[in-house]
Amino acid sequence: MIKTLAGAEVARQIGEQLPDTVTGSDETTVFVRSEAILDVARFLKESLDFDYLVSITAVDFLDHFDVIYHLRSMKNNYSVVLRTKCADRQSPSVPSVVSLWQGADLQEREVYDLMGISFEGHPNMKRIVLWEGYKGHPLRKDFILDVPGGGKAT
Amino acid sequence: MTLETEPVVLNMGPQHPSTHGVFRMRVTFDGEVIVDFEPVFGYLHRGIEKLGEHKTYLQNMPYTDRLDYLASMSNNMAYAMAVEKLAGIEVPERAEYLRVIMAELMRLSSHLVGVGALFNDMGAFMTPFIYMYREREKILDLFDMVCGQRLTYNYMRFGGVSQDIPEEFMPTLKRFIDEMPGYIDEYDQLLAENEIVLARSKGVGILPADKAINASVSGPVLRGSGVKWDLRKNNPYSIYDRFDFEIPTGKVGDVYDRYRVRVEEMRQSVRIVRQAMEQLPEGEVRTRVPTPFKPPPGEAYVPIEAPKGELGFYLVSDGSAKPYRFKIRAPSFINLTVLRDLVLGWKLADAIIIFGSIDICMGEVDR
Amino acid sequence: MEIEKPYSLSDYDKNEAEQIEALMAAAKEPYPDPVEWLEEELERNVMLTTTEHLVDLGKRFSVWPNTFFPACCAFEVISAAASRFDFSRFGMEVLRPSPRQADLMIIAGTVTWKLAPAMRRVYDQMAEPKWVIAMGACTISGGAFRGSYSVVPGINLIVPVDVYIPGCPPRPEGVINGFMTLHRKVAKDKLLKKD
Repeated sequence: MIKTLAGAEVARQIGEQLPDTVTGSDETTVFVRSEAILDVARFLKESLDFDYLVSITAVDFLDHFDVIYHLRSMKNNYSVVLRTKCADRQSPSVPSVVSLWQGADLQEREVYDLMGISFEGHPNMKRIVLWEGYKGHPLRKDFILDVPGGGKAT
Repeated sequence: MTLETEPVVLNMGPQHPSTHGVFRMRVTFDGEVIVDFEPVFGYLHRGIEKLGEHKTYLQNMPYTDRLDYLASMSNNMAYAMAVEKLAGIEVPERAEYLRVIMAELMRLSSHLVGVGALFNDMGAFMTPFIYMYREREKILDLFDMVCGQRLTYNYMRFGGVSQDIPEEFMPTLKRFIDEMPGYIDEYDQLLAENEIVLARSKGVGILPADKAINASVSGPVLRGSGVKWDLRKNNPYSIYDRFDFEIPTGKVGDVYDRYRVRVEEMRQSVRIVRQAMEQLPEGEVRTRVPTPFKPPPGEAYVPIEAPKGELGFYLVSDGSAKPYRFKIRAPSFINLTVLRDLVLGWKLADAIIIFGSIDICMGEVDR
Repeated sequence: MEIEKPYSLSDYDKNEAEQIEALMAAAKEPYPDPVEWLEEELERNVMLTTTEHLVDLGKRFSVWPNTFFPACCAFEVISAAASRFDFSRFGMEVLRPSPRQADLMIIAGTVTWKLAPAMRRVYDQMAEPKWVIAMGACTISGGAFRGSYSVVPGINLIVPVDVYIPGCPPRPEGVINGFMTLHRKVAKDKLLKKD
């Protein structure tokens, strides 16, 4: 069984090594400041053996974005969730973790394409499922979709 | 005297006989050897994640069918499990067993197509594919009996399955399960030690284990590289801890290993279905959920072992009848991360086979 | 490894994007379904001569389809071609990937705006006489994904369509029914004039 590590415990361990990066924790999640994502991720990969990145997601909470990383350790069989907040809506940006896990490559491009959050340090930051020059980022809540039978909706 | 050469860029796709769907590759060649490779997709991007935010939870169930359309039951099951975790719904025993039977039959069907298409790419033009389709038609008949559809089932519901199985299902399933191992042996007799298959697939497209883990690869591609990781054993969901089965792994991580892993998984699926059929209890098949269905605010991530890899749904709910964020962790999309590294240095014909051995489904890659 | 590339790949991206935007702007009115030529031919020839009748029979039983398979409906066409619902008994066994060698384009699956220029190009590369079958709800009107930002709401905005096969996905028997309807149209069956 994969054990879900307690967020508070992991937050404490991160806080010892890298002070002033953790902003809070939950039962399963650790909240981190967005500039420090690369350092925290490197610490988790090297010291706590999180060798497998399960997925990178972004959620649009109307006044800010949340970027969520699900991490897993295959060697030791546990998992944790890393979460960061990005308050800038004009041109949000978060450091990229592609140098640590190659699996982040296509997923970060997709988050950029559909949500508009760009990842600094990514070697190939361009749109992946929509064509270049497409105006707007569809998964944002202010992108209006004309759904049949329901009029316009966000 | 040296010859002046120039690399040439060739475009393959989106309409091409060997691609598994609308996938485009921009390949730079030096002679016939590949020196650079860029995959382009998005030709089947239908906006399922955005549409999902405008429909209720139950209206999203048919959308999940159309993600990996060769393994619809698995997609349905993953979504139903994610919503059940979000809302705290219990599933009755009989429904759990039915779900496992459907999911394993689906794995058989998906691997039959995956292996058949791989042989199509290798040059055995249609023969193995048509043979494997004969078995797949029998499985599709079983599904037709249960829910009336051959390809996109919409069978699972939150709290169980939508309806019980008819009487003629069990005898037909028993007949099919008894003769299936004989058919798998027949395919092995024709293909496994064939000289051309061995020459074209052994040593081609080797993926080392540490690179596979770093690139977030999952499913038969990961197991072909020697990593013994399967969510049905490492993180048992539903009732998989009651069944006795093994996880086949490869040694080297080449195309031949991935093909063998899929064939062995077919044998293990037959074993699981046989045990599930014997242990099937009587009872309800569905728990009633309140209508209108409004799960409490929160979030849930549930991964399952789909035939193509680890499929996960990440749902964020704000207490209303529609999901706030409907995110799909698609295995085929993430498995494509390694394609570029596997293909560099090989010739064009090998690139097609390496791509076929990863076994993707474009509905998932683009969503 | 660094190699000197002859073309810049970002130029390709921009070129493709321009084509897609141009097609999106131009595809506002659907193409009319091609039935008018049928009436005109029958009016000009008072009765079909035996040679023409034989030629029409020949055309009807040797239509070669082109495989253009975006999504799920593709697997029902493949099932219709496999051994149980064999459509080679209707003369359509030869599935040609190259449009230069095909008469019929079966579009089986959702078409998105990104794919639309490629689809139009494949249609233009086919030689006359050519026919188009739109299979599945997604090609008829956008289907389950109508309203999405990237799905073409009906492929008759891009190519003229001869036969529509409804279903999601249609069963192989439905696909064969669609083919038989097309065969009647190809052979200029007089029954079609009354429909």
